[in-house]
This record gives sequence, structure tokens and C-alpha cells, in this order.
Amino acid sequence: MPKRSIDAAEKVPNTKKDTNLLPETLIEKAEGNDSTDSEESEYEGLESEDEDSDENLESFDESLDESIEDGGDPSQENDELNEQPEETDDESDDENGVNIEENEKGERNGGNGKVKENLEGKKKSQPDNESEDSDEEELRNTIGKIPVEWYNEYPHIGYDLHGEKILKPATGDELDEFLSKMDDPNYWRTVKDKQTMKEIVLTDHELEMIDSMQNKRYPASADDPYQPYIDHFTSIKMDHPISSRPEPKSRFIPSKWEHKKIMKIVRAIRNGWIKPKKSETDKPRYYMIWDQDDTQKKLARYNMHIPAPKMKLPGHDESYNPPPEYLPTEDEIKAWEEMDPEDRPTNFLPKKYSSLRLVPGYNNFIQERFERCLDLYLCPRQRKMRLNVNPDDLIPKLPKPKDLQPFPTTQALVYHGHEGVVRCLSVDPTGQWLVSGGDDKTLRYWEIATERCLKTIQFEDRVQSVAWNPSTSLSLVAVVVSDTVVIANTFHGDKLICSATDQLISSYEPPSDAKEQLVSWSEIKVNENGHKDGSRLVLKHKKAIQQVTWHSKGDYFSVVLPDGANQSVVIHQLSKRRSQQPFRKSKGLIQCVCFHPIKSFLFVATQRYIRVYDLSKQELLKKLQSSAKWISSMAIHPGGDNIIVGSYDRRLCWFDIDLSAYPYKTLRHHKKAVRQVTYHQRYPLFASCSDDGTVIICHGMVYSDLMQNPLIVPVKLLRGHKPTENLGVLDCAFHPSQPWIFTCGADSTVRLYI
Amino acid sequence: MGKLRKKGESGAATLYIARNQALNKLQLSLPDFRRLCILKGIYPVEPKNKKKVNKGSSANRTYYYIKDIQWLAHEPVLNKFREFKSFLKKLKKAIGKEEPRTAEKLEENKPVYTLDHIVKERYPTFIDAIRDLDDALSMVVLFSSLPQTDKIEGKVVKNCKRLYVEFQHYIIASKSLRKVFFSIKGIYYQAEISGHPVTWITPHSFCQDMPADVDFRIMLTFIEFYTTLTGFVNFKLFNTVNLHYPPKLTTTETTSDNDNSYCQESELESEGLAALSRSLLTVPKESGDDPVIDEFPLETETEDEQAQKAKNEQESLDRLLNLFSECKIFLSREVPRESLVFIIRSFGGEVSWPSSLALGSSFEETDETITHQIVDRPLQGHRFLSRYYIQPQWMADSVNYRRLLPVEDYFPGVDLPPHLSPFVKEEEGDYIPPERQAMLEEMEEEPIEEDEKEEADDAETKTETATMTKEERNLAKMVMPKKNKRLLDKIEYSKRKKASQVKKLQEKRKAIDEQKTAKKIKTK
Repeated sequence: MPKRSIDAAEKVPNTKKDTNLLPETLIEKAEGNDSTDSEESEYEGLESEDEDSDENLESFDESLDESIEDGGDPSQENDELNEQPEETDDESDDENGVNIEENEKGERNGGNGKVKENLEGKKKSQPDNESEDSDEEELRNTIGKIPVEWYNEYPHIGYDLHGEKILKPATGDELDEFLSKMDDPNYWRTVKDKQTMKEIVLTDHELEMIDSMQNKRYPASADDPYQPYIDHFTSIKMDHPISSRPEPKSRFIPSKWEHKKIMKIVRAIRNGWIKPKKSETDKPRYYMIWDQDDTQKKLARYNMHIPAPKMKLPGHDESYNPPPEYLPTEDEIKAWEEMDPEDRPTNFLPKKYSSLRLVPGYNNFIQERFERCLDLYLCPRQRKMRLNVNPDDLIPKLPKPKDLQPFPTTQALVYHGHEGVVRCLSVDPTGQWLVSGGDDKTLRYWEIATERCLKTIQFEDRVQSVAWNPSTSLSLVAVVVSDTVVIANTFHGDKLICSATDQLISSYEPPSDAKEQLVSWSEIKVNENGHKDGSRLVLKHKKAIQQVTWHSKGDYFSVVLPDGANQSVVIHQLSKRRSQQPFRKSKGLIQCVCFHPIKSFLFVATQRYIRVYDLSKQELLKKLQSSAKWISSMAIHPGGDNIIVGSYDRRLCWFDIDLSAYPYKTLRHHKKAVRQVTYHQRYPLFASCSDDGTVIICHGMVYSDLMQNPLIVPVKLLRGHKPTENLGVLDCAFHPSQPWIFTCGADSTVRLYI
Repeated sequence: MGKLRKKGESGAATLYIARNQALNKLQLSLPDFRRLCILKGIYPVEPKNKKKVNKGSSANRTYYYIKDIQWLAHEPVLNKFREFKSFLKKLKKAIGKEEPRTAEKLEENKPVYTLDHIVKERYPTFIDAIRDLDDALSMVVLFSSLPQTDKIEGKVVKNCKRLYVEFQHYIIASKSLRKVFFSIKGIYYQAEISGHPVTWITPHSFCQDMPADVDFRIMLTFIEFYTTLTGFVNFKLFNTVNLHYPPKLTTTETTSDNDNSYCQESELESEGLAALSRSLLTVPKESGDDPVIDEFPLETETEDEQAQKAKNEQESLDRLLNLFSECKIFLSREVPRESLVFIIRSFGGEVSWPSSLALGSSFEETDETITHQIVDRPLQGHRFLSRYYIQPQWMADSVNYRRLLPVEDYFPGVDLPPHLSPFVKEEEGDYIPPERQAMLEEMEEEPIEEDEKEEADDAETKTETATMTKEERNLAKMVMPKKNKRLLDKIEYSKRKKASQVKKLQEKRKAIDEQKTAKKIKTK
């Protein structure tokens, strides 16, 4: 067992030392070993040993003193050391099984012993210093601030400097506790150090300290808090200096660097880089700025200034207790809430509170003020002159219609009979009969006074246009049916005239040098179809005809073929049965033509322009420019100097031919397309009829004085026709001698207004 | 041939400047520019013809008068803005370098600007300032009721409060309050200062709802100018009525033990002022009596009538100014004390409130000489027989009617008569509630006869004009030029709209009245 022996040898000094220090415990240990085989008991012994050593720490001084007194001989120690192995050997002999553990214990103890050795060495050097002593003690405690409970399961507690485990000192059981309680006179002053698991017997000094702390007194009774003050560095000037070194020169010379620094600041102040702190003057915050009323010094800007409009003052509805009618109904509240905030007429809802105390705070107060602020500085301002106009002043003062009579005012008669849209009508120059044609393919003669249909002539196609020959010596009427013009004898009026007319037509003899005609003239013979109805001549054209119109003499008549290209206007001469086309070239879509009442002029209206041709000289006289987009109709004043033009874009233009090529006046009285315009032959009246179902009669006085402009006054708006399928009144014509007007419209009636 | 004239070098083009151009010219950031505009009262203008100004384009741009911008360029405050900017930079630098002494020194010399000269520039005469006082006052009142937040400094709020109290003192001293209106938004007041009506609104005394979408920086810039303006106006106003500025109370024995409980010693004076219950110390001055209107013998009848009218007006005004002079009014709890005290004092009344409520009450509730007590809740507890208990609306209505109204309608718990706005000026065709109609008739009993005469004259002329039948009118309308026709259409449209509204209100009222009478009959 060399190894063991070596171990034992190693162990020797330690155990020796232990015994030296704690002889009683050793004995105890031996006893314990003897009495019990269990490990616990050994541990107990160990623990107790440690405990004891700790317990006895306080009595170090005494023991140390003793050892010093003894002479502090190492020899004595050695002696004791020598004794120790024997004992250990005994132990090992006694029980092998425990040996290893013992070794371990020994090692542990060795660790402890080494520390203790060090301790002792130090103690020897500074035997009086207790605080040092405690420091040393703390050195043993190497677990730091770890909770002690963590070591509960282990036999050791912490590690020493060499990394070896520090074993827990053995603790006594209940019985030991009790015994010590009974026997130990120091039991009451023994406390257990949790950190090291050792019991510490408190000294008198410590007890005193605890006592004073418990009584809330200054803890350290030993340290007198009121010790006399020792003035180490006395303020009393000594007579003799400690050193006799003379004061350095620098003490007497102003510092250059300081001077430089100061000069820097001075310069900064001079140059205004550093401003001295402003003195807080007691100048009053507000003073009189409007001293005298200085009205003289106003900036030019003052006049440019546009003051912001003031906020609207509240009305009754904003009251906290408004009249009941201002309170909104539920529907109104709902509508208000659904509205966009910007569209709302008011930014609040009127509400009633029975007393002032119930009125809550207004949520949008700040918001409203803020919006006002925004308005003040962000809204562009503009000076606007508020028009304070009396609306009655805006309406022009016209001569009273009463003074401009006569003119048709009321509907007198309605001529029923047509079974479709009545397209056209014409009045006989004597003013007794009326002829009308329409979409029901009939031509009807009416007696004006009795509204009786005298005769109905059936055609193959709808009657587009009809014109009564203006000559009183002829009883003829020109009727347009698709692409033919039918010249018919009316058989109304004087019998002689009728027969004379018939004779005139039948007596025609074609000239010898008959040329190829543009239009084929064919006479309807006595037995032929239609002769009985009065049809006498049929002029067959190449294209559909829009309009037929007579010259005032009654010999010439003209037709308009809108699709006829260069043949769109054809002038026929009845007496010679001759046709001619005045224009070699088409000038646009021709709408209507008119003969000048006196001169041999022809007025041709295209979509936008009206051209005046001199037929005898064969030249263009004038080109009138209407503001209308699409001319529908045209009429010439009996004087021949003024014309009116109606258009599909609701306008009626009055041209003074001598005055200008532009309209003298444009009237936009109608709400829909103007279909027909017409002048009265005797009275200063003109009329326009439109698709809105109205006829407007205007007073249009033309003065013989060239300097005076025509007077145009609307005098009457006639209603009666019912618009059907977007068509209203399609044609109108004045009575040749009376201030009456005939109209025909889409409601298949002809009406007379007187 | 003359010199060729280039486009955009004369006329309207040289009169205006676009906003961005102005910014470039002034070398300012937009927020600074806006701030300057607010302070200087510069606003955008709408050119009469946009195309002429903007090189033929009609794009939507903001324009300023070029003169205004030139005027801004010379503004001392503009330099202060720049100085402040550089100051901020320096301060930031000093703090960044951890040089507290430098920072402190910088802080001491922080550039400050005053707006005094701007007030003078914007309002060369006092009257101009009075005309623009409406917004200023309303804003000052609003800010005096706002809480102190991270955006609104307590200093500003306090200053606003002080200014408003001063202004109220002036109104009381000069007796210039004319109209009062309790609305759901707040309380409107109208005063007449040097012949000009000044209207302002005070919010109901509740905590204000701070909206999130309001930019308080803008509001604060406005209030900065408005406080300066109001301060100077107050100074001038106090001067005109010979009062000390800053105001001082006549009696200084306010520091009784009782009063100390309301506020700190330092705030006692301002609180005492804010109570409005005492009059202010006047500047001793040999003042002449109020000018009495001399009666000159008048020649023509019309002038006589005018003078009579003026005299009547003056009399009614005198009556108004001493409306509450014979009343001793006690305010109970739950009534808006500040505003009522202001109203009562403005019309010469004596007023007090429970001393436990606020500072400055002058007599107790038990005082037997009290004539009216304002209460806002049906009464409980002890009642004094020597006084009338009435609701606060009585005060406002009395002021607006210019006479003390019968108290029966305003007893506590009674259904109050509607509270009408005194600001409504009835025009022809407007809806007038029956109550207002009665009020108008009552107020103008005498001049009505004259009106009737005039009306009769009018009627005669009307009959002449009315001969124009509807048909003739329609015919005449056809002849009108397009421009006039459109204008007429607009006028007629607005008239029709108004008429329809009036009709609606009338019908509503009629229905309500009928219901009421039906109920009455039933109960009987």
C-alpha cells in the first residue's frame, strides 16, 4: 500500500495541525469514528470539527498568545505532527472501507488546513487586527452571492483558492442542539452563518452593537462619533515657511495667455460677436400707438386692401331654444347627415334645449375657428361689386301691345279634316279660301269663314308644298307632290275667272322652235284622270321638290329641289311653259327661294347664307350672312328691303338688306326649331311658327325714313297646336287683307287666329 | 411704327406674382412665408383675368399682389426669422458639442421680435383696428378657454385670459354691449365701439374638444398677432374711458382670509379682475359731461323727422344702458356665471353669487334687497318671497328687446318662449317667426304709421307697375339681351328658392300651432 502511505504522509501535517488547533474535536472525531460506522457520523464529526474550529476562531488570540508564550517552537508542532499518523494508521487499520473517503476528507481538511496555515501566518504578523481577521474569514467564502440553498444537496459549500471543495461543517442533530442548549453557556450568543454553515459565537462587542441597533442607536459603540477634530492641515500661518524657496516670477507677472483669452473676448464684444445680456427694462408691453388720428399717412396699399368678409351672424336656428319650426324633422336630419359636409347648407343641426344648463359644449368650435383662420390667409380675395338690381328694371320697357293693335290674339276657327300632318297651306289672294295639303296625300280647299271643306283632291303622294297664284286674274294653285308640280284650277271665286284660267291654259300653243326642256310640261286633257279635280298641268322633275313659290305677278314660279345639284332651283314661266335653271353650279344645299315683290330679284337661302341675284342682269347682288346654323324658311317684307329668316336652331333673323349683310336683329323666342316665317302684306306684322307648338306674332314696323331702324316688338304668343312626334306648327300664312293668321300643324288641324 | 410691346410687361401681368415666385423672391420656406403672411395680413388675390396674368394659361395658381410681396421683403420680422434660424443652428451645435455655457449665452441672446409696428401698419387708424376686432376677439376668447398642452403654452392662455378680462372691463365701463345671443355654439355678444359693431363668440364653458386635424401652429401664429392687436386696442380703449391700464380695482381690500382659499396670493389680483364684480380705478381727469344733443330749430319736415328718429334711438339706447340699474341680481349655481355677470354689469346692474362658488361675490343670498335671482333648475328648498326667480334667458331677451320683459314667462320650470337671434335683419320676403313679428311691432309702434303711409305710396306705384300682365312680361323677357336674361333668371331662381323655404317654415309652424291648440282643447 505505498500509495496509501504516501497519502497518509501527505496528510500528516494537516491533521497534525488540526489537532494542534482543535484537540477536543479530534478526540470527538475519534470517538465518533469508533462509535459509528456510517458516513453520516463521519460527516458529523467533520462538520463538528469545522464548526469547532470556527467557534474557536474568536479565541484565536488567546490560543495564539499561548503558542507565542510557548515559544512558538515548530518542534512542538512537529511532535504533534508525528503523533498524528499513528492515529490515522489506526483508523485505516480499523476500517478499510472508509479509508478512501477519509482520504478525501483529509484532502479537504488539508485544503482547509492550508488556508488556516496562511491565516495563522498572517495572524502572527498582525495579531491585533481583528478586521483583517474577518477579511481572512471572508476569503474562505468563495461562493459569492449565490443563494446558499443551491448547495443544499451537496456535501460541500463553495470552493477554496485552489479550486477544491470546501466541505460543509457537520451539524448536530436535535439532541446535540438540545444538549448544547442545556450545557453550553454561550448557546444564547451562538448564531449560524448561512454562508459558511458555521456557528459563530457573538462577542460582547458584537452583542452591544446589535443591542444598540435594535434600540435605534448609533451602532458602533466603540467608535465615538463625537471625537475631537484633528486639524491635520492647520489654517494657522506658521512663522517659518516649510520651504525657503523664493516666490517664482510668474506669480508677479500677468499671464500672457490669460491676456490673450481676455482680448479675444474683448474683440468679440467690440465687433458685436458676443452681445452683452440685455437688461430687462420695465418698458410697458402696450402703449399708445394710435396717438393722434393720423389719417394723412396712409399707404397706397391701404386702398388696394380688400377686407375679409365678416363671419355670418347667427340666425334664429342657431339659438339654444329656437322657434319650433326651425327644428329639423327626422327626414331632414337624415338628409343632412347623408350630405357631404361641404354641401350642407348649415354646419350644425338646430336643436332645442329646455334650459340653458342642458346645452352641451359645441364640438366643432375649434374646427370652425381654424377654418376661419385658413380662410383669412389662404382664400384668394376679389373685390366684387354686388349688383343690387331690381329685377323689374332688367325687363325692357316695350311699347304696350295694346297700342300696336291690330294683330291676331285669339284662336277663332279650327279646320278639321286632314288625317295626318298638315304640311302646307296657302290663302287665296281675295281672302275667301284656303288650301292646305298634308301627309294624308290630299289637298283640301276650305272656306275661311265657315271652316267648311269645299273640296278634297287625292294625290299619289303627300303634298309637300302648295302656293296660290297671287294674281287675282287667275284662279290657279301650284301643288308639289313628290317630284311633280301640279298646276290646278281652283274653281273657287269668280266663275269667269275660273273659265278664263282654263281657257288660258288650253289655248297654249307650243312654239315652232320647241327645244328640249329641262322639265316635261304635260297638260291634262279634259277626259284625263284628274281633270275633273282641276289639275291642268303637270311638271315632272328629276328629283323630289321641297318648295314652290310664285312671283308676285303670277306668271313665274320657282321650285326648289334640294337634291338637284346644279338643278336645285328651277324657274318656270307659266304663259310660255318654259323652264330654266338660273345657276350653272350648286352653291350648297338650297333650302328655299323667294322672289322680290317688285324687282326681278331672286333670294336663295342655303344652309347659312342668303344670296340675292338679279335675274335680269344675271348677277349676284348680295350675300347675307345669318348667324343661324341651318336656315329653314325665309320671307320678304312687302317693301322689299327687309327679310326675315327662320332657322332650325331656334333663331329668327331680321335683315335690313340696305343696312348690312348681317342680321339687324336676332330673336330667339322659340324653344324649338322655327319652321316657317311670314310677313303680313298690309299690316306691320310678321309671324314665326315653331316645333314647340307656338306661333309668335311680332310687330315689325319698317319706317320710310331710312335713318330710322325698324321697330320690332313681340306682341303675341299664340298657342293651340299640340306638338306630336316632335313636330309642332309646320306652316303659317297671314290673311291677305285682315290681321288674321292661319296655321297648320302636326296635330292634323288648320287653325285661324284673329 | 411704334415700339413693339411685349406680352406680360405691362398691365395686369405686372400686378400679380404667383406664390412660388414669391417664395423664390423672398428666399423663404413655405411655412415661414405663410407665417409672415398671417402676421402681415397678406392674402392671395384673384386676378380679374387669369389668362392675362399667367401668359395665356388659365391654370389654377395662387396669386399675390406684387406690391404686397415687395412690402414683405422689407419686413424687419423677416430678418428676425432668419436670425432665429441661425440661432437655432448655433444652439444645436453648442448642445451637440456639450458646451453648456455657450448654449446658455446663446439662449440669453435669443432673437425676439415684436409685432407692434405691424399693428400700426395694418391698422393706420384706430377705427381700422376696431373693424377687424371680431376675429381677434373670438380667437382670444377661444384660447383663454383652452387647456395648456404640449402645443399651447400656458403663457399664451394666461395672456389671452388677461386680455379678454381687460376688454370685458372696458365694455362694462363704457357700457357698450348691445346684443347677447345664447346659441348652441356658444354665446354671441355684440358691442358698439366708436360706432362700429364688434361681434364675438365665447364658447360654452366646457372643456374643449381638441381636434386632431387642426394645425395649432397656424392658430398660434394668428393668436400671436391677435394678442398684440387686442392689447393695443385695450390700451387705447382704456385711455378713452380714463381707466388705468393695466387695470386696477377700486378697492384693494380683497385679501381677506376667505378669498385666499380660491387661488394663490400671486394670482389674487388677476382673479379679482376676472370676477368682473368691481369697477376699475379711473385716471383722475377733469372730464366734461357727456355731450348733450343740442336742439336746433329745424326748417324742413324731413330733417325734423330724422332728428326725431335720432332722438328716439338715443332714448331707447339710454333705456338699454340702464336696463338693470334698478335690479339687484343674485346668480345661483348652474348658470353661466362669467357671461351673466358680464351682461348684468354692462347694463348697470348689481350682481353677486354664492361666496362658495367663486371669488368676488359682493352680497349673500340672504340679502333681502335682491330683486331677481337667476336659477336654471326647478326650485327646491327655501324661496324668498321678496324676489323673482327667473331663468337666464330672461336676461338675454331683455337686452335684445331693450326693456325688462315680464318675468312670468321665464319662471323656473316654465316652457320658455323661443330665444330669437338679435342679429337677423329681416328683408323683404324673409320668414319672420311670429314671436319676432310681435317683437318688431312692439319695438316700432310709433314709426309704423309713417311706414303705412309709405306703403300706401308704394302700393300706388305698384298698381301702376303691376298692370304689366304676365303675358306682357313674358313677351318683354323674350326681347332681353342674353346677359340680362341670365341675371334675371338667377334672381328669380333665388327668389323662388327663398319663397319655397319660407313657405315650408310657415307650413311647419302652422302645423305645430294647430297641434298645440288641439292639445289645449283636449286638456280642457
